[in-house]
Amino acid sequence: MLDTTPPAAHKPNRPTVGRWIRDHLVVVFGILALLFMFAPIANVVRFSFNKPEGKINLIWNQFSLDAWKDPCGASGLCDSLWTSIWIGVVATAIATGVGTLAAFGMSRHRFRGRGLANVLVFLPMATPEVVAGSSLLTLFLNLGVPLGAVTVVIAHVMFCLSFVIVTVKARLAGMDPTLEQAAQDLYADPTQTFWRVTFPLVLPGIVSAAMLSFSLSFDDFIITNFNSGSTVTFPMYVWGAAQRGLAPQVNVVGTGMLVIALTVVVIGRFVSSRRAR
Amino acid sequence: MTAAAAAVAETSGLSTPPPPPGPRSKKLTPLFLLLPAALAMLVFFVIPIMTLASTSLMQGSLSTGFRQTFRWSNYGEILSEYYPQFLRSLLYASLATLMTLLIAYPLAYMIAFKAGRLRAVLLVLVIAPFFTSFLVRTIAWKQILADDGAIVHFMNNTGLMWLFDHLGLTEGRVLSTPFGVILGLTYNFLPFMVLPLYASLEKIDRSLLMASGDLYANSWTSFWKITWPLSLPGVVSGTLMTFIPAAGDYVNAELLGGPSTTMAGNVVNNQVRNFQYPASAAMSVVLMLAIVLLVAFYVKRSGTEELV
Repeated sequence: MLDTTPPAAHKPNRPTVGRWIRDHLVVVFGILALLFMFAPIANVVRFSFNKPEGKINLIWNQFSLDAWKDPCGASGLCDSLWTSIWIGVVATAIATGVGTLAAFGMSRHRFRGRGLANVLVFLPMATPEVVAGSSLLTLFLNLGVPLGAVTVVIAHVMFCLSFVIVTVKARLAGMDPTLEQAAQDLYADPTQTFWRVTFPLVLPGIVSAAMLSFSLSFDDFIITNFNSGSTVTFPMYVWGAAQRGLAPQVNVVGTGMLVIALTVVVIGRFVSSRRAR
Repeated sequence: MTAAAAAVAETSGLSTPPPPPGPRSKKLTPLFLLLPAALAMLVFFVIPIMTLASTSLMQGSLSTGFRQTFRWSNYGEILSEYYPQFLRSLLYASLATLMTLLIAYPLAYMIAFKAGRLRAVLLVLVIAPFFTSFLVRTIAWKQILADDGAIVHFMNNTGLMWLFDHLGLTEGRVLSTPFGVILGLTYNFLPFMVLPLYASLEKIDRSLLMASGDLYANSWTSFWKITWPLSLPGVVSGTLMTFIPAAGDYVNAELLGGPSTTMAGNVVNNQVRNFQYPASAAMSVVLMLAIVLLVAFYVKRSGTEELV
């Protein structure tokens, strides 16, 4: 479609390797970029099947399924995984609930300070994690709040909230307003309109906000590191273990997370495409 | 996936239409809807930032306690001792942002214009690396870039290492050098660049490109006159979403760098570990102010002020 150059008169327009590369240069670079993105992932997956010679899983030794058969074999790993999962679930539930309410409030109502509210939502996303993390820490220290799982949950809710509000707001903005009007024309009262029309339409936005928020919480290291006290989340475990050498089980968890996430995305696509039909 | 895309689409300047003035907008409803989020923002974001600013002027130690003495020299001390780290943060983050832009643009362009039915698959692939823990991926880079690894051999054999050594980016090796840290930053924040770029490229009206083709513009001219200007909102939000976290990062500097490549984030983290709270707070405030000023200047220059 873009290739509308008039053919040069003196040269036969013959497909050659050089020409193909020029025409597809952007694709070549795009694929190189994808390879760059997947280089470390390939490494993580590959070394989950390694049987390291000593404790350090850095050099390829021999193929083995040991780590996959015994994912909890590295001490403390599974505990940290559970900690991350429950903290992620709690933080996601709170952030999604509070954030969805706020998104409705911000996109459906005019009020004074709406512009300020938008800036306030954007600010935490524009704050470097070290600043957000260390500022929360100074607050907790000043108030004498003991660091632990509770402070981690608070910190996670804090940074997930903005992402939830932004995501749900985007969904609300993209919604067809005539559907709600139609419901009201058909004598649905506001409550019915909300639960029968508005909510089902916004639900996919809320679900993706929750998924985003869980993955942000699950993977957060910098903010957690400031506020965790002695609570060990999965990233905290990896950080601590990295000094001593990571067990292949860590790679198993990394690979497993990737597989689970991809499965969820694929199922989500499948469900939404079946619904669309 | 759609969530991240939606999040960046929103920040990339997609202006939300004004709320419909429905008959239901009673005066108090927005208050109740917003109250929990507003309280959370106030207590856990605004107040902490204020506490941070206040702590940065305190004096004392862990054993004697910290008192507010408005000690402005905290700033002078931290800057005179750690200005290299501070400048390095800005430099590394800028270089990494430039690299992510160069790598992400062709990728986003390919997904938006050339992928056809593979588009959804490619978008999933772009965010898939997100799901393998950030730390685990960065540690994998440590493995890939190891001194006896294939990358270092390749760079040695092709003379790339010689070139990079002379640019001051490497020192006969990649780990513990600026190049290692910048590469890590580039890698880790790449999706934050690809998604907003994709969001703005995908919105471009294809008939504009056809029209320019009909008017005998070659594909290069079409790109610079149409595609690039229309993708600028994506470029601006992508660079912000890369630069801001990169400037505050310390994980890449810690894992892929060495003593000579530490950044402002490392200073904040180390001061906290040593219970030097006023010093760490002062460094955080300086970093935050620098980022806010740079971002404000950049957004003003690029003319996309509806971004926030």
